Amino acid sequence: MNQVLDILINGLALGSVYALVALGFVIIFKASGVMNFAQGSMLLFGGYLTAVLHEHIGFLAALAVGVLATAVLAGAVDRLLLRGLDPSQHHILTILTIGVDILIVTELARRIGGDLLSLGDPWGNEVVALGGVTVPVSRIACIVVSVLVIGAVFAAFRYSSWGLSLRAAAEDREAAALMGIPLSRIRTLAWCLAGALAALAALFLTAFPAPGLERTTGQIALKAFPAAILGGMTSPPGALVGSLLIGVTEALAAGYQSELSGFGRGLGDVAPYLVMITVLLIRPHGLLGTKEAVRV
Amino acid sequence: MFGFRARPGAPPPSRSGAPPGDGPADLRVDGLQVRYGRAVTALDDVSLTVPAGGVVALLGSNGAGKTTLLRAVSGTLRLYRGGVTAGTVTYGDRSLDGTDPVAAVRAGVVQVPEGRRVFGGMTVDENLRAGGLGRVRRDADGGNAAARERVYGLFPRLAERTGQRAGLLSGGEQQMLAIGRALMAWPRLLLLDEPSLGLAPLMVERIAEVVREIHAQGTSVLLVEQNAAMALALADHAYVLEVGRVGLSGPAEELSRSDEVGRLYLGEGVRAG
Ligand SMILES: Nc1ncnc2c1ncn2[C@@H]1O[C@H](COP(=O)(O)OP(=O)(O)O)[C@@H](O)[C@H]1O
Ligand SMILES: [Mg+2]
Repeated sequence: MNQVLDILINGLALGSVYALVALGFVIIFKASGVMNFAQGSMLLFGGYLTAVLHEHIGFLAALAVGVLATAVLAGAVDRLLLRGLDPSQHHILTILTIGVDILIVTELARRIGGDLLSLGDPWGNEVVALGGVTVPVSRIACIVVSVLVIGAVFAAFRYSSWGLSLRAAAEDREAAALMGIPLSRIRTLAWCLAGALAALAALFLTAFPAPGLERTTGQIALKAFPAAILGGMTSPPGALVGSLLIGVTEALAAGYQSELSGFGRGLGDVAPYLVMITVLLIRPHGLLGTKEAVRV
Repeated sequence: MFGFRARPGAPPPSRSGAPPGDGPADLRVDGLQVRYGRAVTALDDVSLTVPAGGVVALLGSNGAGKTTLLRAVSGTLRLYRGGVTAGTVTYGDRSLDGTDPVAAVRAGVVQVPEGRRVFGGMTVDENLRAGGLGRVRRDADGGNAAARERVYGLFPRLAERTGQRAGLLSGGEQQMLAIGRALMAWPRLLLLDEPSLGLAPLMVERIAEVVREIHAQGTSVLLVEQNAAMALALADHAYVLEVGRVGLSGPAEELSRSDEVGRLYLGEGVRAG
């Protein structure tokens, strides 16, 4: 029983980290029709900045700088690289993001080398007893902060002008343009938000009991990606459900392999893809994805 | 802009729905040439005027270039890899260069696109909110609430369906929503692209009434139609596009009596023959 609770908490924490990254995928995809394969490098970038800055300016300031700088970097990728290109050529833009990812990751990997960097979070390796299991405080912080941030993103999506603009543009670019909605600004903001979410994910991904930031940390995106796809790719709630599903599955797989070091190894690594393939076999449009709304 | 800021104490928009601030201005299209890619010249040397407060009909058969003209005015040509290659479009003292839809809406020129194009996955209310996003004085007195009141006044049927997904509305209701959505931006000039397309005669009649009412509330209208009978009944003035050029133009009444228009667009030749 205790082991189940332990695994569940692990899975939820892992799932909420995936959700931060997967939401970024979905937001960018909705805004620009591009699968942003550079999301992992954004995460690494934000994490790296926080890691090198926290000793000088303190944790919170370093985190703020990391999140903001990553938002700017993502916005810059949109403005400088993608803007001049034909927005309907989604596959070309998508491949371009792979190039961006390789560039950023290569440079950061060169800087990080074989090091394990701490992001300087205040939770350290503290644990609390919770219903008979000991839970790292960092995991609780991860779940609480993710819930708040994801809730805020959902609210913005539903109620803010930006969210409404984004949904309108995702449904019909031309009709949205005819309403006077500034499409390129909305799109850039979407990239910025996705970048910020990735940088935040870096924090929880590298906090205890994970060993810290490594040059391979950005590969987490490869697990958030199936989460976004199995959620339907255009549905933020779908991305959340998909992420939690994959997080818990992975924790289960890892747990029963008794390999609880960090965020799971071995079977846990393939679990996201097994879940994704299973879901897509049953529901080809993903859990909450829809076919295009049929117009009369 | 428009001197709105200078009059913070300006009264809220009137119940009649007249747009706040400036009234309509003249839309002038002069010597317009539009190309798609390098090969297709869709419009060539087209000139027309929609006077302030007027209703102008733009007629022409399929492929004549009617929609292209509206795209040039609204600034959406680029979405179709098209561009203005000669000539000018001005609204009042503003030049619209065919590449910036945001500028067109801010100038007060709002288009209802062909085929309605409502946001099917969003509710009626969200569609209307989206229509208000590009309005200049979004948060000023009245704002969305006043615009929505005007729309629901014109289309009581939409008021009964605020929470319904737009994709589930009937064709006529979607056309109402598309027009209502455009009105949320408080246009000074409304561009309508074949609003009667695919609608039952009764619904066409209803749409015509609404256009008349919107015009009476102080908005100019450029009405693109293949349904010449409906358009000529509404308009003061009409132009006929023929493969990218203005063929005929003149007062609507005169045109509706002309043999050519009768034969080509009112189907009289078919009936007579
Ligand atoms: N995206 C496009 N690319 C190339 N040619 C186009 C495009 N859109 C329209 N055209 C051409 O421009 C001409 C005018 O089309 P359009 O403005 O849609 O006419 P209408 O609205 O009067 O039916 C047609 O010959 C059409 O084939
Ligand atoms: Mg047309």
